[in-house]
Amino acid sequence: MIPAAFAYARAESLDEAIALLAEHGDDAKVLAGGHSLLPLMKLRLATPSVLVDVGRIPDLAYVRDGGDHVAVGGLTRHHDVEHDALLREHVPLMAAAAGEVGDPQVRHRGTLGGTLAHGDPASDLPAVVLALRGDIVVRGSKGERVIGADDFFVDFLETALTPDEIITEVRLPKTGDAGWAFQKFNRRAQDWAIVGVAAVGGSQPGVALVNMGSTPVRAHAVEAARRDGASGVEAAARAADGTEPPSDLNATSDYRRHLARVLVGRALDTVDTVANPGGAR
Amino acid sequence: MAAPTNEISVAITVNGVVTEHEVEARTLLVHYLREVVGLTGTNIGCDSTSCGACTVLLDGESVKSCTVLAAQADGGAVTTIEGLADGDALHPMQAAFREHHGLQCGYCTPGMVMAAVSLAEEALAGDGGTLDEAAVREGLEGNLCRCTGYQNIVAAVVAGSVDMAGARR
Repeated sequence: MIPAAFAYARAESLDEAIALLAEHGDDAKVLAGGHSLLPLMKLRLATPSVLVDVGRIPDLAYVRDGGDHVAVGGLTRHHDVEHDALLREHVPLMAAAAGEVGDPQVRHRGTLGGTLAHGDPASDLPAVVLALRGDIVVRGSKGERVIGADDFFVDFLETALTPDEIITEVRLPKTGDAGWAFQKFNRRAQDWAIVGVAAVGGSQPGVALVNMGSTPVRAHAVEAARRDGASGVEAAARAADGTEPPSDLNATSDYRRHLARVLVGRALDTVDTVANPGGAR
Repeated sequence: MAAPTNEISVAITVNGVVTEHEVEARTLLVHYLREVVGLTGTNIGCDSTSCGACTVLLDGESVKSCTVLAAQADGGAVTTIEGLADGDALHPMQAAFREHHGLQCGYCTPGMVMAAVSLAEEALAGDGGTLDEAAVREGLEGNLCRCTGYQNIVAAVVAGSVDMAGARR
């Protein structure tokens, strides 16, 4: 399968990329690792007339200590997120979940900024950023802005990004000794999650769901129950409240609701019994 | 500022040899290797980033070449199955696949071997270790064998990983 013809430009700097995007508007798409975009283009589900390749822009792939948070550059690949010592120590949920994305080949190419910008509710890391209450730093022709994860995912494959904005950084609050868990249920190792759960404990408990709606979704009812002191079992019973999960080849909506309750239960059990279970990995 | 173009020129080092061609921007790396450079050892299987038959090394790391543009590999170094052996001397991973009969029909084999080399190299670079069975089963999740000949593939990759470590000492 060959994508429809497009014009290609490689941006050498962030400013150049933003200028190209501003010039070509809705006709242009950003290419980073390409592991969300190219499959869509091969199926002709996406037919951008211009690709702006940001993959060579220097200084956008990094993991840095930001004090109360860890800052991850938008072009940081899943493989590097998975193996980063800083993330493993301070935000182990993100490092562990990055290791669950796709397969090793995909993780060698796919980027954190790319997967967030794509905004697929079935992707793992958008839900992780939601659970962690991360901030997404974007830059466009009107300058820089910081978007909270709760405001970023708008609808199916739709985010708060304007056509000329690029994700430059993702800020993930450090979770200290809080327990965490990532649950992913699928039928084959490399598949997308039929349902997934990202959960973290501590003073700001966060629980977010993969593939339970048109966007990655926060499990508001679960979080509220936890804040009110509910047990993991009691909170997990609320996992599907307010969600509108899709029905497809892999699962009906009802089965997804069932899976959400089971997987949130497992996740909260891990959160409660094992503080920072992956920190020493 | 570079204006977007439908045709681009790329220079990609393939198995140690610099190749330079004008290609359509939409040319996938696997098509570049097979049809432009003429190296057909890299197979196209699912053509949708699932099966791993098209796995090659890009700057030393395994990638699925059906999901990388030739443009993205411009300036980089690609190793295909044709580039592993040293003359008539098989790469240790290739030799291990032969020794352990790590193939049935052989269609997935080039991708399996390239994914295995990347996996073993990462283990060596990480803690200098070798791959055990669990690491191989986990690490080859992106490569499918529709003959389901996984037992011997896993045995071959474990042995190949040990042999690659031995060759470094």
